[in-house]
Amino acid sequence: MTTTAPPRGETQHHEHVPLRHPRLPRWAPLLVAAMAASAGGLLALSLGWGVVGWVIVAALLHLVGLPLWSRVIENRRAAVDRLVTSLIWIALVIAFIPLVSLLSTVVRNGASELTSTFLNNSMRNVIGEGGGIYHALVGTLLITLGATVISVPIGLMTSIYLVEYGALSRLASAIRFLVDVMTGIPSIVAGLFAFALFALLTGDPGIHFGFGGSVALSLLMIPIVVRSAEEMLKLVPTDLREASYALGVPKWRTIVRVVLPTALSGIITGVTLAIARVIGETAPLLIIAGSTDSVNFDLFHDQMATLPVFIYYSYTQPGLNPEISRGYAWGAALVLIIIVMALNAIARIVGRFFAPRTGR
Amino acid sequence: MSSTVTRTRSPRRLGDLVFSGAAFGASLTILVALAGVAIFLIIQGIPALGAEPSDLNGKPNLLAYTAPLVFGTLWAALIAIVIATPLAIGVALAVSHYAPKRLASPLGYLVDLLAAVPSVVYGLWGIGFLGPRLVPPYEWLDQHLGWLPFFAGPASTTGRTILTAAIVLAIMILPIITAISREIFSQTPRLNEEAALALGATRWEMIRLSVLPYARSGIVSAVMLGLGRAMGETMAVAMVLSASGVVTFNLISATNPSTIAANIALSFADATGLKVNALVATGLVLFVITFVVNFAARAIVSRADRSVSR
Amino acid sequence: MATSIDISDLDIYYSDFLAVEGVNMTIPARSVTALIGPSGCGKSTFLRTLNRMHEVIPGARVEGKIVVDGHSLYDPAVDPVEVRRQVGMVFQRPNPFPTMSIADNVLAGLRLNTRRLKKSDAEDVVERSLTRANLWNEVKDRLKKPGMSLSGGQQQRLCIARAIAVEPQVLLMDEPCSALDPISTSAIEDLIHELRTEYTIVIVTHNMQQAARVSEDTAFFNLAGAGRPGQLIEMNPTKKIFSVPDEEATEAYISGRFG
Repeated sequence: MTTTAPPRGETQHHEHVPLRHPRLPRWAPLLVAAMAASAGGLLALSLGWGVVGWVIVAALLHLVGLPLWSRVIENRRAAVDRLVTSLIWIALVIAFIPLVSLLSTVVRNGASELTSTFLNNSMRNVIGEGGGIYHALVGTLLITLGATVISVPIGLMTSIYLVEYGALSRLASAIRFLVDVMTGIPSIVAGLFAFALFALLTGDPGIHFGFGGSVALSLLMIPIVVRSAEEMLKLVPTDLREASYALGVPKWRTIVRVVLPTALSGIITGVTLAIARVIGETAPLLIIAGSTDSVNFDLFHDQMATLPVFIYYSYTQPGLNPEISRGYAWGAALVLIIIVMALNAIARIVGRFFAPRTGR
Repeated sequence: MSSTVTRTRSPRRLGDLVFSGAAFGASLTILVALAGVAIFLIIQGIPALGAEPSDLNGKPNLLAYTAPLVFGTLWAALIAIVIATPLAIGVALAVSHYAPKRLASPLGYLVDLLAAVPSVVYGLWGIGFLGPRLVPPYEWLDQHLGWLPFFAGPASTTGRTILTAAIVLAIMILPIITAISREIFSQTPRLNEEAALALGATRWEMIRLSVLPYARSGIVSAVMLGLGRAMGETMAVAMVLSASGVVTFNLISATNPSTIAANIALSFADATGLKVNALVATGLVLFVITFVVNFAARAIVSRADRSVSR
Repeated sequence: MATSIDISDLDIYYSDFLAVEGVNMTIPARSVTALIGPSGCGKSTFLRTLNRMHEVIPGARVEGKIVVDGHSLYDPAVDPVEVRRQVGMVFQRPNPFPTMSIADNVLAGLRLNTRRLKKSDAEDVVERSLTRANLWNEVKDRLKKPGMSLSGGQQQRLCIARAIAVEPQVLLMDEPCSALDPISTSAIEDLIHELRTEYTIVIVTHNMQQAARVSEDTAFFNLAGAGRPGQLIEMNPTKKIFSVPDEEATEAYISGRFG
């Protein structure tokens, strides 16, 4: 059956890697990294480039040096493999630099602002020192609460429809698809919608009130609630539902008494994450909730201050005391980040510790 | 006996009817809301067709007002995608195929943290920290690569350029692209990976042969979702960009195009009359663009799902 | 150039767990050796150490020696990438690359090794490999069609063509017919019979009749006891194993008393 093929292993086209060949030691990447770092440091020092320049030069030296060494000692394919590995690790480092930089900048600039005055006072009649974010905190709390009150029932009932009633019907698929598309609505469009809606309803073209912000935010929250609740409901085993039906319990009672409690911790996690997502939204609140210096407890009348909008105006329209105003902005930003991170952490904890034991 | 059976049936049916009706109604609310967004934006936007140049920043008509904003939106989003996509794919591969298993989920969680930061804080960081830091590189670019239209300069002294805004946007959309790509890379069938390895492939060659071809449509979809997000992002751009509404490809100067979203955020509070309607009209344009992009992205994914499950 | 494989004192570990212990055997050149034994006895694990695929699993390692053509496979200076080119593998389920055409699948391994493959050379290799794999006549008119458009048996022959296109010395087959229908199985067995003149073939199979049909030598693996590592119990010419085996355990397995 053999054709007139050239003797195996010696075909002229094939650059077979030899079975045994010199290989770089296991610590080779670390060595190159160390050498690149020192060479880069020397270069940066002599050219006066600073830390950033040093890091960039060192990274480039590593990217070129290791594959080159590998090409000489090992072979081309190993060199390419090492180049890609280096690129991937560098990508990972680059991705984390902004996170570290941002968090440290906010903490550095905002930590000194976190006094009790700051947290307990509004900006009413304040020029310069002595102001605080109390009004913004109240506004954020109320508006987000309003958004939650709108989104959770609608979102939850929709996910119940998708899982328990509609299942694989075409309408359910369409709704599922549109919910997914809804997650891509720009937040400012949601704000414009709320404005357009209420401007028409009230006939007031300059309408500003907190509840409008709640409506805009709920447009952003609902898709998140629907998707996460749907996942949680799907996780509830069918056997559980069937056991309930077999006992003669009607479908709606089964859902309320059996399915929902089982999925509850997951749903709470999803809702908490949705809240964390919208609590930092600025654009829609800029448009419909507006801004003010005083505390406003009424969602349905007058402008209401919120943390994100406060940050925005304090920094970009600082007024007579830019230093102090900008300090307020950083302080408020720190508070906002703490709130968001806390919500995320709570969501994770609820998800992990209160999940029904599946015991499988 | 039969009478007791029929008696107990009705209340159950009523409860079920009410509940299922409520569930169905909630779902319809979603459809109504989406339609409502379009409708109300149109209602408030249409009057802008008759707006005067005084309402439109001096532009002769609504089209001339909107077009540069559309340019700015697309341009900034494009740069952001160009920066973010290679990074995101690299990070996703790092988590799915390069990092030790124990590190994989903490790393993934940390990347997701980037998504948790509110956009206004990104804007604050961009204008207060990143912008000033980028001035030396911009000046370097102006000096050495100024012959390219992108770096024609003169370099901005505050660093508040569209490139800075695009960099911030890139960081903001990185988590989305990474999360979806990571998911897909991890789902590459082990059998295909082993087929590549058994032929004598290095790790990168295995990824090139088995993982990336498998993930192609998923990556496209992830990038499109990132694109949609970048186009709709408001605060980071509004704060970082020093915009004058020109149409230019110059990345480092102090005169920059503005985006639809940023323009609305900056102008809405002081707008009156038809100016408001003009802003709503541009918002409608943004809604349509992002809707189309998101629709296409999801359609690609569902088509790929269907063909794989064949 | 196909060579024999010498295994001495091989212990196979998954991290700290000893899965297979103390294997000593010689796999003769240019013949078919079958590995049989009950589920979980370590025959597939053993097979995968022959082309260093075992270590792809994190924490997996071996101790002992495996020598192919005078080279110890696990020597630190040896590149696993090249080991896998010289020792090819066909898997239990056919796995052509889904996004590639039939021709591209055959050439996939070759393209890794060759910078510039001239079109005429590529076509030669495709025809040669597919002919050796008994698939050429069925697909010669549709080489550009996707590899996944073939039937299960054809896909497996495509995988065999892909494996032999890089000109290995040894071909490992891990239950290659278990996912196929009887007709495709028979086609593959005929193929194995032809290939053995050029390659050393090691085939893991659950099907004792198949082992009896295709192999010249058979190795019987078994677990030493519940929770104990797997071991090589007996290796002998196939005719002997299936008629008068040396070990009692072999006899018991062959006659179906366990397994």
